[in-house]
Formats: sequence, structure tokens, C-alpha cells
Amino acid sequence: MPSSLNSNSIVSIFVPLAGNQKYELFSLPNQVLPVKYQINNRMGNKLLSYSSITKKIVMALAGLFLITFLVIHLAINLLLLLNDKGAAYSGAVEFMTTNPLIKIMEIFLFGGFAVHILIGVTIQIQNWMARPVRYKVEGFSHLSFFSKYMIHTGAIIFIFLCVHFTNFYFVKLGWVNPPAGVGKEDFYQMANLLFADKFYAILYIVLMIFLGFHLHHAFQSAFQTLGLNHTKYTPFIKAVSTFYSVVVPLGFASIPLFYIFIK
Amino acid sequence: MDFTLKIWRQKNAKAKGKFVTYKVKGISDSSSFLEMLDVFNDQQVTKGEDPVVFDHDCREGICGACSLYINGRPHGPDDSVTTCQLHMRRFKDGDTIVIEPWRSAAFPVIRDLMIDRQAFDKIIQAGGFISVNTGGIPDANAILIPKQNADASMDAAACIGCGACVAACKNASAMLFVAAKVSHLALLPQGRAEASARVQAMVAKMDELGFGNCTNTGACEAECPKDISIENIARMNREFLGAKIGSQKKTVKAGGF
Repeated sequence: MPSSLNSNSIVSIFVPLAGNQKYELFSLPNQVLPVKYQINNRMGNKLLSYSSITKKIVMALAGLFLITFLVIHLAINLLLLLNDKGAAYSGAVEFMTTNPLIKIMEIFLFGGFAVHILIGVTIQIQNWMARPVRYKVEGFSHLSFFSKYMIHTGAIIFIFLCVHFTNFYFVKLGWVNPPAGVGKEDFYQMANLLFADKFYAILYIVLMIFLGFHLHHAFQSAFQTLGLNHTKYTPFIKAVSTFYSVVVPLGFASIPLFYIFIK
Repeated sequence: MDFTLKIWRQKNAKAKGKFVTYKVKGISDSSSFLEMLDVFNDQQVTKGEDPVVFDHDCREGICGACSLYINGRPHGPDDSVTTCQLHMRRFKDGDTIVIEPWRSAAFPVIRDLMIDRQAFDKIIQAGGFISVNTGGIPDANAILIPKQNADASMDAAACIGCGACVAACKNASAMLFVAAKVSHLALLPQGRAEASARVQAMVAKMDELGFGNCTNTGACEAECPKDISIENIARMNREFLGAKIGSQKKTVKAGGF
């Protein structure tokens, strides 16, 4: 993604398209107006031209979609705990990789990730620009601790996601060679080999802690963004959010723990 | 009481500012924070130095002129009060107090601790009003308004537009201010008529002025001297989404979706 300088803006980031076309992803105008860091908000084909609330709503919807996906992922992963030499797990993987409906949902899933990450990064950059001079003493006002570090926990999860894709999905596609003696669709053996590696297993557990931090704020925050704040239901949503952010990462982490201590 | 003050000094909007450390002595524990600054400025003038410039007006917590980011919190360590209502007994004798202006791209520093909050006026000008003069006082109960709506509207209308929400927010977002202004009109029948156009125009103006995006940290609600709830932000999100989905094509000059 090359960034170039042009006369109208201080910084522009373009995504090159076919031929001479380019998609302007991000630009900071070179106008020093009363508001020094005025953000370009013209109607156009830019991500930035959507209002802050629209961006947040789309991000919240994508996030909630990813949250439902995590439950399905966890359900399949937990089959690794069964003592059946991976029969149930492999069956589930087979279903998830061949069922046509799941194949379609896979596109939405990748889209969900892309939208969530892209908007998240855009919002974060705008937010940093909104406070060009930082406070000397800061951060005593925040009610929710995890909400301060969403971009950081998000970045850590993104790095893991890249590793995770290299370990599994890219192997299936044939972009990455599977470990020696393992078929490229034999996810059971791949998972076995990875979790047998103590370093990877511990890293996985640590990552799940960060995932929990991210989800703790994310789940209930999505409802607030969608405008669903109600004296009757919000306490319940917050309780579910906390419950989910503990139970789901714990469920994922139980698998490496099982490999370290039991298997 | 004696204090060490670390104050942001900046000659004008373009100058580069810096923190300067001062000592102030003999402050009464029942003086307000602004009175302490008055005593300090008197001391400065006596010494032949520049007094510190800061915003203030009514000094009874209702005008929203005073600002000041004190020891990491807008309006200082007390909840639900403005700086003018903060008293020095809240601090310990000999404390070091760091005083900063509100920090936001949309609120440039004019001098020292004084900031330009015109951005809020521009948001109000974009739609935070009822266009039609509603005439004299109507007969009681001629327009029926549910008590809970009247109360919620009144709670939102308590916003004095001081900007503490922007100052407290890690993203320098003005959502709580805009939400309070959108809510107090949207909840009443007189404000309902223009509710859709209003929310679209005000949000578009807010984005244009360079405020950050809301990430629901709740810091604004915690620091608001008038205890405006983030329920109002949820209400504005609902209003906005409804307005964008329901509005006719190209009838409102209020930015994109």
C-alpha cells in the first residue's frame, strides 16, 4: 500500500487498482483552517466519508458476527478433547470445509474480518488525530479499563490471526507446505503437532487472555453503538458480555492446557 | 495552604507552549479552585509577570465557561462539579497540581489555559434548535408529554456545553455533547418535527470539525459535571440510524450515510 504526497493533502494513502486507477483510502487535507486537523469528510468513494456513527455501526455489526462465529469455532475445537483419535473433529472440519452454505458464509466471515479491522484502524487514526497534543497527566477518567486498549488487543489478535491462517487455512489452500508426513487437509494432525509444542501452547493461552480483554469491552459496546441501551436490558447485556469474555477464551485455552497437563 | 502549580503556558494559538512550575502560598481551604488562581495571578502581577489566562464566568456551576484539566481529570477530582465549584480543601497542603487546557484538535488553545470552543457553537448552529417560534405559553396539558420523556429531556438539557466530555475522552469525541443536544429536543413533541434533519446535520458537523469517534469508554459520563448519561449517545445512534434509513433521497444536506 504505497503512500504518496500530492498537492492537496499532507498524507494520502492509495490502494493501486488495475491500470492507472487508484482508490484513495485515506487523506489528510493540507488546509490549516480554524480546526487544524480537519478531516476530509466530502462525499466520495472514501471510507472516511461515512459518518462516525455509520462506521461504528458497521463495525459493531461485523464484530457481533465475528462473536457468533467464535462460538462455532470453539464448539469444533472442543472436539479435540474427545478421546476418539480425532474422528469427531475431522468430521466437523470436513463438514466446515465442504458444505456449500458454509463456503458462502466463509466469504462473509472474511469480509467481516476485513471490515472490522479496516474501520477499526481508520477510527483509531482519526482518534489520534483528534488529539494532536497529549496530556501530561492522563487517563484517570476512564470507567472501563479494557476499552482503553482495544486497538492494542486488536493488533495482538490480528498478528495471531495471521499466524493461525499460515498454520491452517493457507496450508489447505496449498500456499504453505504442511508439516512433514501430514496431509494438507489433516487439521487434526496439524493441531496435534502445534499443541504438542509447549511454546506454541503457552503463546496460545496468552493470546486467549488478550482475546478475553478485547471481547469484554467489545460485546456490550456493540449494543451501545447500535443504540440498544435500556435500563432493563443493559445490565443483562453487560453480564452476558463479561460471561462470554471469560468462558469463550477459557474454552479455547482449555485445549492447550489439556495437551500440556493431560495428554 | 501552599501548593506547587505546574501550569501550561502558551503565548498565543501559534506559539509552542510549555509547562512552568510555580509556588502559591497562603491559600484558604475554603477558596474555590478559580479563587486560588486569582490569588496566584495577583501574586504574578505583583511580581510584574504575566498572569495565567483561564476561562471563567458565572462561578456557580451553570454557565460552562470554566474548563481546566486538573491532575488528569477535567474539572478536577470531584464528581459532578465544574472547576469553579471545586474547593481547595479537596487537595492536601503542599500538593503539586498539574493544570492543562482541554486537549482536542477541535478546541485550539488561544492562550495558556483558555481554549476556543466555537466548534460547539457550530454544531448547535447546524441544527441544535427549533426553527419555528412556538409562540406564547400553551395551556397546561394542551400537548401531552409523558413524564418520563420530560424528565429525560430535562436531564439531557442540563448540558452546559463546557466540553469536559471531549477533554476526558481518550478519542476527543464530542458524542456526549451532541447526544445531549439531540436528545433534549428529540424527546419533546416540539423538537420531534425536525428530529431527523437535526441529528443528521449535527453529526455531520461534528465529524467535519475533527472530533474523534466514540468508542464507548464511558469517560465522558464519568467526568460530566452535569451527569449526562451515555444513554443519550445510544439514543442519538438510534435517531441517526433511523433518520438515515428513513429519510428521502437528497432532501437533507447533511453529509453521507
